Amino acid sequence: MSYSIMAITVLWTFLFGYLLVASIDFGAGFFSFYSVLTGHENKIHNIIQRYLSPVWEVTNVFLIFFVVGLVGFFPDAAFYYGTALLVPGSLALVLLAIRGAYYAYHTYGSQTGNNKIYMGLYGATGLLIPAALSTILAISEGGIIHMDNGKVMLHWNTFFTNPYTWSVILLALVSVLYISAMFLSYYAQRAGDEVAFGVVRGYALGWSLPTILASLFAFFQINHQNPVHFGQMLDIAWMFIASFLCFVVAVYLLWKRIRLGIAFIMVMLQFAFAWYGYGRSHLPYILYDYIHIQESITNDTMAIALITAFILGLCVLVPSLILLMRLFLFDANYIRGKSAKKG
Amino acid sequence: MSSLDPVLMSRMLTGLTLFVHIVLATIGVGIPIMLALAEWRGIRTGDNHYTLLARRWARGFVITVAVGVVTGTAIGLQLSLLWPTFMRVAGKAIALPLFMETFAFFVEAIFLGIYLYTWDRFKNKWTHLLLLIPVAIGSSASAFFITSMNAFMNQPQGFELVDGVFTNVNPFVAMFNPATPTKVSHVLASAYTTSAAALASIAAFNLLRGRKHVYFKKALKITVVSTFVFAVATVMIGDFSGKFLAKYQPEKLAAAEWHFETMTEAPLIYGGFLDENNNIKYALKIPYALSILAGNNPHQEVIGLNEFPENERPPMSVHYFFDLKVTSGAVIVLIPLLYMFRKKLPGKKPYPKWLLISILALGPLSMSAIWLGWFLAEIGRQPWIVRGYMKVSDAATTSTSVGWMLVLFIILYLVLSVSAIRVLSQLFRNKSAEEEIRTLGLDIEGGDRK
Repeated sequence: MSYSIMAITVLWTFLFGYLLVASIDFGAGFFSFYSVLTGHENKIHNIIQRYLSPVWEVTNVFLIFFVVGLVGFFPDAAFYYGTALLVPGSLALVLLAIRGAYYAYHTYGSQTGNNKIYMGLYGATGLLIPAALSTILAISEGGIIHMDNGKVMLHWNTFFTNPYTWSVILLALVSVLYISAMFLSYYAQRAGDEVAFGVVRGYALGWSLPTILASLFAFFQINHQNPVHFGQMLDIAWMFIASFLCFVVAVYLLWKRIRLGIAFIMVMLQFAFAWYGYGRSHLPYILYDYIHIQESITNDTMAIALITAFILGLCVLVPSLILLMRLFLFDANYIRGKSAKKG
Repeated sequence: MSSLDPVLMSRMLTGLTLFVHIVLATIGVGIPIMLALAEWRGIRTGDNHYTLLARRWARGFVITVAVGVVTGTAIGLQLSLLWPTFMRVAGKAIALPLFMETFAFFVEAIFLGIYLYTWDRFKNKWTHLLLLIPVAIGSSASAFFITSMNAFMNQPQGFELVDGVFTNVNPFVAMFNPATPTKVSHVLASAYTTSAAALASIAAFNLLRGRKHVYFKKALKITVVSTFVFAVATVMIGDFSGKFLAKYQPEKLAAAEWHFETMTEAPLIYGGFLDENNNIKYALKIPYALSILAGNNPHQEVIGLNEFPENERPPMSVHYFFDLKVTSGAVIVLIPLLYMFRKKLPGKKPYPKWLLISILALGPLSMSAIWLGWFLAEIGRQPWIVRGYMKVSDAATTSTSVGWMLVLFIILYLVLSVSAIRVLSQLFRNKSAEEEIRTLGLDIEGGDRK
């Protein structure tokens, strides 16, 4: 395997990790807010607050990993995306900043009860951030970033009038809500909270069909945006079919209220197949027509150093993450709220 | 707004983000050491006041870390958003430490999360303390990686420039450049100093407010003595940095000292003004001192600014940053020294008001010293972004919207800072230390044995 394929696989995996953990987090923020608005607050609020535990502080790091890794492995990405995305990137940063800071203020500060402003910010950013970040995938299909006299330009008009952009945003939003509700169903059942389980199960089933419809919509929009890419997607159609099958199994299990752990693994597989299928057919371009993985890869020495650092880093990271999850995510006492929440 | 120079705007926005981030990053590197010290003392002496101290510090600390994650994310992305050409070109030689820093931070964040939530979860008290080891290693390693990248910008090496492309790269030679040892150790020592000093300020503030509990006196002692130890180390490393500059980056030292003619027996200039012909007025001149700073020898030759073309000289204003920073450094050593000799001082009170006010000033003073040192290091590197290879003006984005983004981030950081300060002060006001000592019954358990 060449360094460029190895590098893009690593990066794509990080982004997949971010997609999962961030979706759970973003969706939970929204549901939390929604439950306050609709008066279901006391039914699901506790379970969400409980699971928004230290695990979720590490969400941002996945994103940073991807960005820093992308720029490290493919320095051209810094040039094209960096220049073109100054404004949207900064706006996304502001949203991330607001979300991160107010989450900490609320969780670690001394306020008790629910601050409506905080809840609103948390809920709104939960939807705006994925919407903003997903547009980068739309941009990567080409036709929106141009070179004018050696300067990188983003064509806002093309960007906003493009149905593909909107199909991606829509897909991002419904996926966030679906993934999050599926996870919360699993979590609520483990915690033995039947009332909360009933509510979040309803959310998960409700958002399942829209997820598939939005996926199909985005899938066929790629044909308009980038026919070459679409053709390559059809070549590996089995991945998308596998994704759909996983979806069916996940929803069935949730419907029957059985084996919710497996159901969530199916959700992960559903997105994994779609994500890697999309990514694989996107190659060899990181930005269509401008950043080609073979041409833009950094020198061999740096690539080897980065991959080595990555492997060593994983050796430290994976045990730490497992410890974290065992202490909080999968510790029955903690989930049920029997052990102390914070110092 | 869009007509403003993108280079200047990019510098201002990067500077703004770092101005905020450096505060949080400094605290993030130093506080774990202080937490470990207090918790260790608590376990060793069985004095629960120290354990409570660590616990209360940790509660505030986690908020600064969370905001630090936010500003750190901002600078991580802004490097590419504002300096795309720099990242594209220099990234080929120096991407490694930046990448490793995310791992180091990841480890720190994970174990800090665990530490914070597990105060009463382990039977063995030492287990909880041990969690701080990966936190401290993670945060100090983060500082090392980022500083080594900054060191590379000052002392680039480990590559060849062929047709505008960095080739023949050796990432480790680039990381371990001559500037790395002094820079990293100075950054670490000053972060430890500043964190101890900030905590000392809080203890002094409580005593000034008339709170008499022995808890605050213990807090004052452990923090002020730590500040002294770390500050002495920082000053000593600072002296090495001077010698490093004289040898490797003479134009920075010369600009900091307004030293124009290369000469031996060079005097050190303190304060003063420059007129339009670069004559120094009203300055204090200390004979031989610059030669001694540069090479431990009054006859040491010190290279002057006249050896460098005018368009490659740093701005002359760095002189003031240097002087102010050195002065603050001296004061930060002096105040804890007065505290340690307080019983020998005239007057009867063990904690005279003037001494407490001076200690209160320690925190802000050391933070200012950090800012000044950073100004000196970065403005003193001008006009280069990678010294000798790439100028700042060639590295910035060409986007015309940077001005608006600057406005956006000014508002963001103002809102975040104000709310962070409010949340922090509320946190400690709502649950005072005395109250907590009472509810936990710490005084009975032998907290007052001394």
